[in-house]
Amino acid sequence: MSNSTPANPASVAKSINRSKDAAAAVSSVVEASNPVQGPNNIVAPTQMTGSQAIVRSLEELGVKDVFGLPGGAILPTYDPLMDSTKINHILVRHEQGAGHAAQGFAMASGEVGVCIATSGPGATNLVTALADANMDSVPMVAITGQVHSAFIGSDAFQEADIVGITMPITKHAFLVTKAEDIPKTLASAFYLAQTGRPGPVLVDITKDAQQSEMTFSWPPKVDLPGYRVVTRGHNKQLREAAKLIAGATRPVLYVGGGVIKANAHEELKEFAEFINAPVVTTLTARGAFPDSHQQHVGMPGMHGAVSAVTALQQADLLITLGARFDDRVTGVLSSFAPNAKVIHADIDPAEISKNRVADVPIVGSLDEIIPQLQEACASRFENDAPQDLTGWWGMLNRLRDTYPIGYTETKDGLSAPQNVIQRIGELTGPEGVYVAGVGQHQMWAAQFVKYERPRSWLNSAGLGTMGFSVPAAMGAKVAAPDRVVWAIDGDGCFQMTNQELATCVINKIPIKVAIINNSSLGMVRQWQTLFYDGRYSNTDLNTGHGTARVPDFVKLADAYGCVGLRCERDEDIDATIKQALEINDRPVVIDFVVSADSMVWPMVPSGVSNDEIQIAKGMTPEWEEED
Amino acid sequence: MAKHTLSVLVEDVPGVLTRVASLFARRAFNIHSLAVGPTEIDGISRMTVVVDAEGDSLEQVTKQLNKLINVIKIVELLPETSVQRDHIMIKVRADAATRLQVTQAAELFRASVIDVSTDSLVVEATGNAAKIDALLAVLEPFGIREIVQSGTLAVGRGSKSMSDRALKSLSA
Repeated sequence: MSNSTPANPASVAKSINRSKDAAAAVSSVVEASNPVQGPNNIVAPTQMTGSQAIVRSLEELGVKDVFGLPGGAILPTYDPLMDSTKINHILVRHEQGAGHAAQGFAMASGEVGVCIATSGPGATNLVTALADANMDSVPMVAITGQVHSAFIGSDAFQEADIVGITMPITKHAFLVTKAEDIPKTLASAFYLAQTGRPGPVLVDITKDAQQSEMTFSWPPKVDLPGYRVVTRGHNKQLREAAKLIAGATRPVLYVGGGVIKANAHEELKEFAEFINAPVVTTLTARGAFPDSHQQHVGMPGMHGAVSAVTALQQADLLITLGARFDDRVTGVLSSFAPNAKVIHADIDPAEISKNRVADVPIVGSLDEIIPQLQEACASRFENDAPQDLTGWWGMLNRLRDTYPIGYTETKDGLSAPQNVIQRIGELTGPEGVYVAGVGQHQMWAAQFVKYERPRSWLNSAGLGTMGFSVPAAMGAKVAAPDRVVWAIDGDGCFQMTNQELATCVINKIPIKVAIINNSSLGMVRQWQTLFYDGRYSNTDLNTGHGTARVPDFVKLADAYGCVGLRCERDEDIDATIKQALEINDRPVVIDFVVSADSMVWPMVPSGVSNDEIQIAKGMTPEWEEED
Repeated sequence: MAKHTLSVLVEDVPGVLTRVASLFARRAFNIHSLAVGPTEIDGISRMTVVVDAEGDSLEQVTKQLNKLINVIKIVELLPETSVQRDHIMIKVRADAATRLQVTQAAELFRASVIDVSTDSLVVEATGNAAKIDALLAVLEPFGIREIVQSGTLAVGRGSKSMSDRALKSLSA
């Protein structure tokens, strides 16, 4: 077997020929275990309708919470759902909210999130959430109703080819037209969503399949002949990796969201301490390694810390764990980490050498690979002592001390948004869950909240979906009811999905929403400031200080039955946050009125090398040589 | 760019052709030709895809194809260890005066005439791309009215069976 991903074209054919065989050989453990998720109760053949089978399958799969909104083509299923004592259905106000809630649920818990919608517009409203989950590898299953199978293709009322629409943005999409296929399809969907590289799976079920009689039994047989998951790393590659690690003088652990997906944060900490390499955590990996740890040098990327960006740029070895060389991390790819050799470990072979060619590819699950790597290093180090990293650490420590993440005071008398977010993090602590939208507030929340544990930071990283925050926070709060869940949102984002406040109030899901209200589409405005001569085309939202305040967020919160608070002065920030932390019987919405001129720094402008990182407008760090 | 022939075993389920085709489109890979048909095994189809890709890009194509749940196995068929054939039907202008010349040209290429009318012939030929190009060049002066061509079909030489091995690994 081989996990090799040779760069040499002549040997490509061999690797192609062998890749799936190889997977088969290695995955015997996975194959041997039952692919059906859940407690695997035995259910003797029982007569029921397809819609009852949907509900029963979800129960047998261990599902407890689902988010959805009924409509014509899914109506048959909502009837037995009403009688289920095991499944808590949360009625959302918009299907996109159900999709993001399922994501938030999955990201906070590690379990599969579930959402349900009807055909046509119900299904298409899920599309953004599915695409988002696909980009960020979030395990979720979306169940949609479809028109009667006899009407498919006739442009029937509320008909949309949702399987066709979602093919490129899901891990897989199924169309079910027969009631008897329901249990095995749902079991397959959960298996696909949860295993390997996690992702969204759509199951589209026709109305007649829901209404027909069938014989239900459990567990069903999951038959996916083309799906294999390699979990253990290949020994030869692990030995190669250990050799590079022993020889590296400037190694960096480039840690991505895959570490959290694989629940491998403890293994990572042990391994990182064993090899004493600096760790950077990407936007999806915040919390995979404690921020407070001496070896953590920050978040890399377009708005990363100088120490983290520089660590990658100057590295002679990238130990890449569950990261994918995203353009927001690499900047101009050809100038990224130019002198580094690359070890790339990922469960998805297609990520390896996709953007940056790997010198040592390792396919597998990080919870297995990281301990394997440590073992390989331990045995290598017996005869080949690792390099002294003192010089490397000296340089990085100096950069970390000289250029910490910080911000400048505002000039307009309004609060600095960074300060608001930092205080939320400090007063809530690392046990909280922080869920951001997309834009400036997201970057500040990634920079200024200190993350100490995985699944405490949720955001839309790959797709960059504005409006993610409120519904995802709702889902996270359902998954982790004992945790304080903050939606750190922007005034633009909040207006995209705030209807789910109604869902939160009615279903007693007491999230806390901090609107970082700079009265504009802040990140776009920042680019207009920097790259478009301050011409603010269509970025003013009129929600902030000195504007018409449409809408008035406090009144809006009040109308929804939430507690609405407004904070306009620095001296009120702590008291307002504390007040919010004391309210646990309903959602709280705080309108933090902040300056529109605050910008996210550092920044690597688009289209240039990461070496051009700026700590403020036009200011680049002073580079110094390693000792 | 060099052309490479991939033989892809897939589950014979609705949408599988769309999945493969749209993957090529959205990942910006170029398909040169595509041929799809059943195999000796019920429920499994084979796609023969000729792609314009090499090196890392070819590796990425195969990895992305492998990610599709309905794709069971992919093998690259190299020219030296496989037999590769295209199938073509050519409608050529041919009246009483030129008919004999056209049929003789076809015979030289071991092509057969499968339809005759007063002013045209349909010539059918099987062969590799070079042979078909040569045949077309010879027929061109007579006037080609219409061409229908299949994607390349390919099978590995020798007794080994790709689907056999794929299924063995499945049942293992």
